[in-house]
Amino acid sequence: MRKSLSGKSSVPIFLAPYAFFFMLFIAIPVAVAAVLSFTYFNTMNTPQFIGMSNYINLFTNDAVFMQHVLPNTIVYAVFVGGFGYILSFFLAWSLSQITKRPRTIMAIIIYSPSMTGGILLSTVWKVIFNGERSGYLNFILMKLGVIEQPVQWLQSSQYLMPIMIIVSLWSSMGVGFLAILAGILNVDQEQYEAAYIDGVSNRFQEIIYVTIPNARPQMLFGTVMAIVNTFQSSGVGVALSGSNPTPNYAGQLIVTHIDDFGFIRYEMGYAAAISVVLLVGIRLLSSGANRLFGENENEGSVL
Amino acid sequence: MSTYRKKRFHTVSSGANPQRFDRSQIKFYLYLIPICIVMGLPILFIFSNAFKPLDELFAYPPRFFVRRPTLANFSNLFKLTGNSNIPISRYLFNSIIITGSAVVFTVLISVSAGYVFSKKKFKLRGTLFHINTLALMFVPIAVSIPRYFIIISVGLYDNFLVNILPLLCMPVSLFLIKQFIDQIPGSLIEAAVIDGAGDYTIMRKIIMPLAKPALSTVAILAFQSSWNSTDASSLYISNESLKNFSFFMSTLSGTAGNSVAGQGISAASALIMFLPNLIFFIILQSRVMNTMAHSGLK
Repeated sequence: MRKSLSGKSSVPIFLAPYAFFFMLFIAIPVAVAAVLSFTYFNTMNTPQFIGMSNYINLFTNDAVFMQHVLPNTIVYAVFVGGFGYILSFFLAWSLSQITKRPRTIMAIIIYSPSMTGGILLSTVWKVIFNGERSGYLNFILMKLGVIEQPVQWLQSSQYLMPIMIIVSLWSSMGVGFLAILAGILNVDQEQYEAAYIDGVSNRFQEIIYVTIPNARPQMLFGTVMAIVNTFQSSGVGVALSGSNPTPNYAGQLIVTHIDDFGFIRYEMGYAAAISVVLLVGIRLLSSGANRLFGENENEGSVL
Repeated sequence: MSTYRKKRFHTVSSGANPQRFDRSQIKFYLYLIPICIVMGLPILFIFSNAFKPLDELFAYPPRFFVRRPTLANFSNLFKLTGNSNIPISRYLFNSIIITGSAVVFTVLISVSAGYVFSKKKFKLRGTLFHINTLALMFVPIAVSIPRYFIIISVGLYDNFLVNILPLLCMPVSLFLIKQFIDQIPGSLIEAAVIDGAGDYTIMRKIIMPLAKPALSTVAILAFQSSWNSTDASSLYISNESLKNFSFFMSTLSGTAGNSVAGQGISAASALIMFLPNLIFFIILQSRVMNTMAHSGLK
């Protein structure tokens, strides 16, 4: 009986479909990106090995990358990933403080924009931020006397980034938010009682000493989801402004820079090098987040 | 019971997961309700705009709510043909087939791998699952270029299957299902083994029914990623008749979005994109929350 429970005969069969697709669409593409990043490849001729040139060019010669893409990506990631994560914890915690029915309704409302995502729903935002007098934001601001002339919100290098951040934040309360909410709700009531006996005296201390330590695993899952969502939603600037590159590179992020070089200029090797930089960056961010939430040092790192 | 609870709430001021309304909760409503309004307004706007007649869409001053609702935008949408005379119903039909198969196969593939990772002991189990955990942070658009070459070299370019196959392997699905199956006691499976059940029977009769919340969650995630996906249609398919509805919609927002008839049409298609996501989630939300409780990275 023991033997059949740990029987291995069906393991390969059960694992095979997942493993196959994992290799084909995740593992091999990452490996190919790494290899291509050391080549010059314009899709016409066979890739030529050029060593580190792509990376060197990226960090020394690509003025757009250093002046626009990298700073934009950092700003975008700090607001959408970082601030978005704090906001999702704050909202999840607040929802955990009210009764079930209103909590469920509000959680659905907060989660719903993420279901379809900011990129596809940019049509809606385009109407709101329309540059005509009849655009909603222009109309309201002109009526209030804040502006005199309609503003071309989505074509303006000044406003595009803040608008991208708003739209992405709006659609960022996704799976990670739900996980954090579930994690907070799962904290045992007795834990709180014990903490109050130990001298915890207000909600803030309760969060620090009870909620966060107990919901830590879900919060860590939430950080990974926040980081992935941040980069996965990077196309929002192109969707909103309707052009890649975005006006004056104001909304250019690493992901749209990859598309620009890969699918518009067909410099595949260079685009692959940018992909590798992005993947390494995400990896570093995640392990940083892991360290931040790590319970103690002797525990092995998860990510 | 109720007096006990009351007393407890008085001695301990923790408000987490309250059973009943208390005046101390009002302060949360004071900011949660405005936040929900801000989050919900664009959604409401999708509904309202989809039913606006053209003159209301372009009315000056603009009005938020529809006054004389009409289905004209939807009938215009279905009368419209996309590039190279493809009717809209074709994109929609493709999307339904793609989404249906992606949901079914993602669930099956993830649950069989999840069962093995949770209940079987084999070499490299820990390493392989760790690799999957690392892949949670995988961002598919970062490798759209190498994927493009792989798809060409395995002959999937311009093949309808390319809409479905790249979506089937979702590391987060395997992760959530495995974590959930971990709760199912091994003794249940042992008992089934004594009764002579094989692995397929165990999966069908024990794992799948008991892991329903996790399967529903994965179904929702697979639904969202396939219903909303534009990658395959825009990068790996050139034959218009094989593309999906969300791709069609993204071309609307690119070009026709600002034209006169385009606004009504894109409002209607935004609603078609959004509504199935919402309905699906509302039906399954309690199962999703149940699954998310086990989503922790430990």
